[in-house]
Formats: sequence, structure tokens, C-alpha cells
Amino acid sequence: MSWTRKILRVNLSKGSCTPEPLNMEWAMEYLGQRGLASKYLSEEVDPTCDALGPDNKLIMATGPLTGTSASTAGRYSVICKSPLTGAIAASNSGGFFGPEMKFAGWDMIIFEGKSEKPVYLLIQDDQVELRSAEDIWGKSAWETDDILHATHQDPQMRIAIIGRTAEAGCLYAGIINDRHRAAGRSGVGTVMASKNLKAVAIRGTGGIGNLEDADKFFEAVDAGKKVLADGAVTGQGLPTYGTQVLMNVINGVGGLPAHNMRDVGFDGAGDISAEAMAEPRKSDGKPNLVTGAGCFACTIACGRISTIDKTHFSVKDKPQYHGASGGLEYEAAWALGADTGVSDLDALTYVNFLCNEDGFDPISFGATVAAAMEMFQDGDLTTKDTGGIELKFGSAEALVAITELLVTGEGFAKDLGMGSKRLCDKYKRPELSMTVKSQEFPAYDPRGIQGMGLGYATSNRGACHLRGYTVASEVLGIPVKTEMNDAEGKPELVKAFQDATALVDSAGLCIFTTFAWGMDDIAPQIDAACEGDWSVEGCLEVGERIWNMERIFNQAAGFTADDDKLPKRMLKEAIKSGPTKGQVSRLGEMLPKYYEIRGWNPKGEVTAETRERLSL
Amino acid sequence: MKMYIEFYASLMKYLPPGNARFRREIKVEDSLKLSRLIARYHILPEEAHLVLVNGLYVYAEAREGRELQEGDVVSIWPPVAGG
Ligand code: SF4
Repeated sequence: MSWTRKILRVNLSKGSCTPEPLNMEWAMEYLGQRGLASKYLSEEVDPTCDALGPDNKLIMATGPLTGTSASTAGRYSVICKSPLTGAIAASNSGGFFGPEMKFAGWDMIIFEGKSEKPVYLLIQDDQVELRSAEDIWGKSAWETDDILHATHQDPQMRIAIIGRTAEAGCLYAGIINDRHRAAGRSGVGTVMASKNLKAVAIRGTGGIGNLEDADKFFEAVDAGKKVLADGAVTGQGLPTYGTQVLMNVINGVGGLPAHNMRDVGFDGAGDISAEAMAEPRKSDGKPNLVTGAGCFACTIACGRISTIDKTHFSVKDKPQYHGASGGLEYEAAWALGADTGVSDLDALTYVNFLCNEDGFDPISFGATVAAAMEMFQDGDLTTKDTGGIELKFGSAEALVAITELLVTGEGFAKDLGMGSKRLCDKYKRPELSMTVKSQEFPAYDPRGIQGMGLGYATSNRGACHLRGYTVASEVLGIPVKTEMNDAEGKPELVKAFQDATALVDSAGLCIFTTFAWGMDDIAPQIDAACEGDWSVEGCLEVGERIWNMERIFNQAAGFTADDDKLPKRMLKEAIKSGPTKGQVSRLGEMLPKYYEIRGWNPKGEVTAETRERLSL
Repeated sequence: MKMYIEFYASLMKYLPPGNARFRREIKVEDSLKLSRLIARYHILPEEAHLVLVNGLYVYAEAREGRELQEGDVVSIWPPVAGG
């Protein structure tokens, strides 16, 4: 099914669930998922509202291809105003939840208001109801998943859930589905918790239909799958090694930040890499990596399923963690590992399990712990603040202890749950927060890889690699190699990646397809599935429109060019060693040109002409 | 002269016997060219996707003319990606 053309509006204050037709005029301009839900949010929510108040809305949205047989068509996104950044949030997750929403007959669910008591939403096709969640409030996402599956006696039910960190107000809590898939960034789970909404449980029995031109669609889908299978990265690299293969690559080229980004290059990188995950352990001869795993309809299958050494200190008395579960991805391994200086693979895998079990973003969490470690080292924080934990760089014991503390929401967990920006402000070391728009950096140093610096500074949801992954070109040579340290040409590169990504995120597809697919492969699949004209040019224009709409939302929320900046460390403290030694981010050279090619004025504001050109 | 090779991911199978995970110290003749070194370990040109000398990327077309120096570290990956 492309669009089901039906959305569900759930007013949590009133306890009502009302179906309504999808606004097809908007669908023609914004496609679906990230783009279309952001349009609804922009129209319905005051950008200056309190992100954790009843006036914010939380939208779970699929794309027109979600649930189809197109490769990777299992995605859904969660859109709201973010409590971490105050900017628009759109967090994307795979697994099987999005397709189930489509099979039940819904493109989108809009949650508004706030429930008086904890509830969960139960959807069985067009039967929808809010049920009491009072007895599952306070449980982890995994426990809730077990309880709801048992309650409804339906192993096929797909459930999106918040964990205890969201309930405790941690500002980077996400929403977990299928146990280890997450709408992870920007605190979308915290917004869900603020509405007293614990879970959304869906069972859909509808099939696939409503394709604009089914024959053409299956042809385009087959062609697309062949391109992915033949592509060296999507056919071999990602399925075999997962995203974690990047650990040694990024370290090798001088782009791997470490120790709260004080250093670039991490000696322990090899020990926490994809290659290490595949090695037999000394204790039991088994590797950390059990198998790969794929989301719905995915023919790449980059997911990792891992186990922890049963004799490892983190789990030796905790048999509930002895089984296999979602293993480390590159971003998590970097933030929890290199950024904190911890090179204990089992400890990182355990902490990653906890991130999934209780629904919090490993990137923001790891980076916040790293900032706390730097303050601990400098004496700004002591064991009195941390509840007795010796928060030293490189200490796996400290990392495990602080993660277990975060889940309780007690004591220092409250400080950690604020994220790096607010934490560093509180302890009077604001310069140590490695964030843009209060969101923590991911795993690429903007001093080493210039395009990523511009991408972080201008990302509409705060620092993020998934808004324009120029690493593909700057490091990996996809589609063509550009020089990591060149500033020239990067504004154009960043814009092109940002616009294309906005389109892919609005279609229901996974961004990893773009390691092999160009818009020439993607547009025909959308065009065959959907009514309207979805040529390559049309798709790119929609991507650009979405980017600008998000920017306009942020402008109305109070963001200015002053927020498009990087921490001083990135601009002034040159990389101390390795192949990128001496480099700093040259954001100042790139930003004016970026504004210009975006059609924004020198203050970074979307001009009237650009609004008109993009029908905004 | 003495230098180092590092083969990663699926190219690890081409490493000569040794203990370290990725790296080997090797002895080669002076002024060995990078492309010759790659061929010597039976790595096909399409497998040698990302080739670094001392952390700096060497474009495919420059590998034939690139002369290696004492102490150089050559790191090679097949086509990989992540995010
Ligand atoms: S490539 Fe990975 S993240 Fe993307 S849909 Fe496939 S398994 Fe999921």
C-alpha cells in the first residue's frame, strides 16, 4: 500500500481517538513520514511551545513505501518539538513497527494533549482504544514488551515503547520497538512520557494494495534490489560487518574523536571494532557477534545480534543479560567507547543492551558521560556529585555503574539526564559541551572531516550525522571521493546530501540504501507506488522543501544564525596528532556560501523568494 | 627496508601469519611501488577500495606511481560503509 490516506488523531486529554483523511495536497508536496509529519507539526503546533507541555504534539508517521516490498521499506519516524534542543525533532526507526501501522490501515498517528493517567494505545486494524498503563508505568521497555505481548496473546503484535529513563525525564530518551530498534535521538521518548503515553501496540491484518502502478512498482523494486545486491557495500560490506566496520576506518583516517573530543585517534579502537566483534572470546571461544539481522523487507541487513561473555563483571550475576540481543552499532560503540576512553567490548555491549532495554540514546548518553569524565578529571565534579563513582576516562566499571544509575533516575542521574549542554552549564564548564543546538555530536570529528562540521552546525535537529552523511564522499568515496580537509565544494556537498536524505526519510526507506542507490534508483520506486509526479527533479525539490520547512519551524522557535555554530574546541584547538594533525574546523569559510546556495540571507533566514520558489 | 601493512575486514585473510590483529611488520625492497605491494598480497584492485599511506588516502590512479618509504604504514579496506 502506498498511502492508506487515513490518519488517527488521538487526543490524550479527552481520551478520544478519531480517524481523519490524510491531507493529500500536503502529501503531494511533502511525500510522507518525516516531511509530511513535519508539515502537520508546523501547521498545528506553536514552535515556541513548551516541548514537554500538552501543546506539543507527537506524531508517529510512515512513508508511502513503508510496508511495501521495496528493500528497507520498514521505516517510520517520530516527529515533535524536541525537549533536548527546542528545535524540530524527527527520529527514524526500522524494525517492523512502521509496516504494522500501515497493515492496520494508518499512515500516521497524531497524539495531542496529555493523559491524566498512564495509558497505552491499542490498535487492531480499525479498532482503536486507549487502555490503562498504570501497571506497566515504571517498567522497562523490554518488560513492557513482554507484558503487552502476553496480555494480548499475540506474538505478532508490534509495539513502540518508552522505558524508565523517559519517565524519569531524561532529555534524550527514545522510543524502542522490536526490542532493539529505536527512534533514538532528540528526546522523542521524553515527549511521549510527558503525555503519559507508555506504548503503542499495533496489529494489522491488511495487505498490500493501492499501488499506483503495481507492475511498474515491482519492476522498479526488483531493479533496486539488484543494485543493492551488486553494490560492494550494500551487498557485502554492511551485511558482513555492520556499521561497526567504520571504527578502524575513521580512526585510520584521523577522524575518530576520543575523550570528549579532546583527542582525535583512539588506541582502543581495534578492540571495539567489527573485526573484534567477530573474534572468538578467550573465555568461551564464542564471538561477541552471533548473527546479522535485518529490518522489515531489508535486503542489506546491517543489524548486529550479540552476546556478552557470561563471566564478564558487568553480567556475571545477571543471567537476564546472558542471551543474544541487539549489538553495537558504530555510533553507539564510539560514544560509549572511544569518547569515554573505554575499550572493553563486553562492557560496551552490556551498556548498549541497557540503552535498548530502557530506551535512551547511546550517542547523547555516551557523549554526556564523556563530558562528565572530563569535568571529573579537571576536578569540577567529584565523587560527592557522582554518588561515589570514580568517573575516570577509560574506566569500564565507572561506565557500567553510571549507566545503571541513569536507569534509576536517582541522584546524579538527574544531572546526566539533562544532556551534555545543561550538565556543563550547571558545573560552569560550558566550553566542554560538544553539542550543536544542545544535541551531542556523533562519531566524526568536524576538524578532520570538514563537511561534517558544516553538516552538524546546520542540522535542523542539532548535531547529527544522519541529516547529511558527507562521510560517504569525504572518507568512503561514495559516490565520488572528496578531500576530507577541503572546505571548498563542501557547502554544495552538504546541501545535496541534506536534501536527498530528507526525501529518503520521507519515503519509508532506509538511508543506508544510498550507499548504492542514487535518486535514479529511488524516484522510480516512489513514482510507481504513488500518484503524482515523482521524477528525480521532483523528489529533490521535495527534499529541499522539507529542509527549508524545518528551518522555518526552528526560526519561529527562536533559532538564529548564532545557533549554527560549533564548540570553540572544534574551531580553535587543533588536532594534536595523527594524519589530520594541525587541523581545525573551517566552518567560517563554508557557512556564508552554504546560506547563499540555500537561498537564505546572510543571517541564515529563509528569504521570501526561496519560500515562493519552494511553495512554502 | 622495514615497513608495515594493515589489512582490515575481509582483507584480514591476506595477512601473513602473525599475532597482531591487523598489522604486520614486513621487509621489502627499496622504492617498492604501492600497487606492487597490493598485488603481492593477492589483493585485487577492486578489493583495495580504501588505501591509506600513513593515514592519508591514495587515489586508485596514484597507486602505481607511489613509491613507499621506510617506516610507512599501508592500510587497506575493501568497500565498506556505516553510519
Ligand atoms: S540497512 Fe540496516 S538499518 Fe537499514 S533497514 Fe536494513 S537492517 Fe535496518
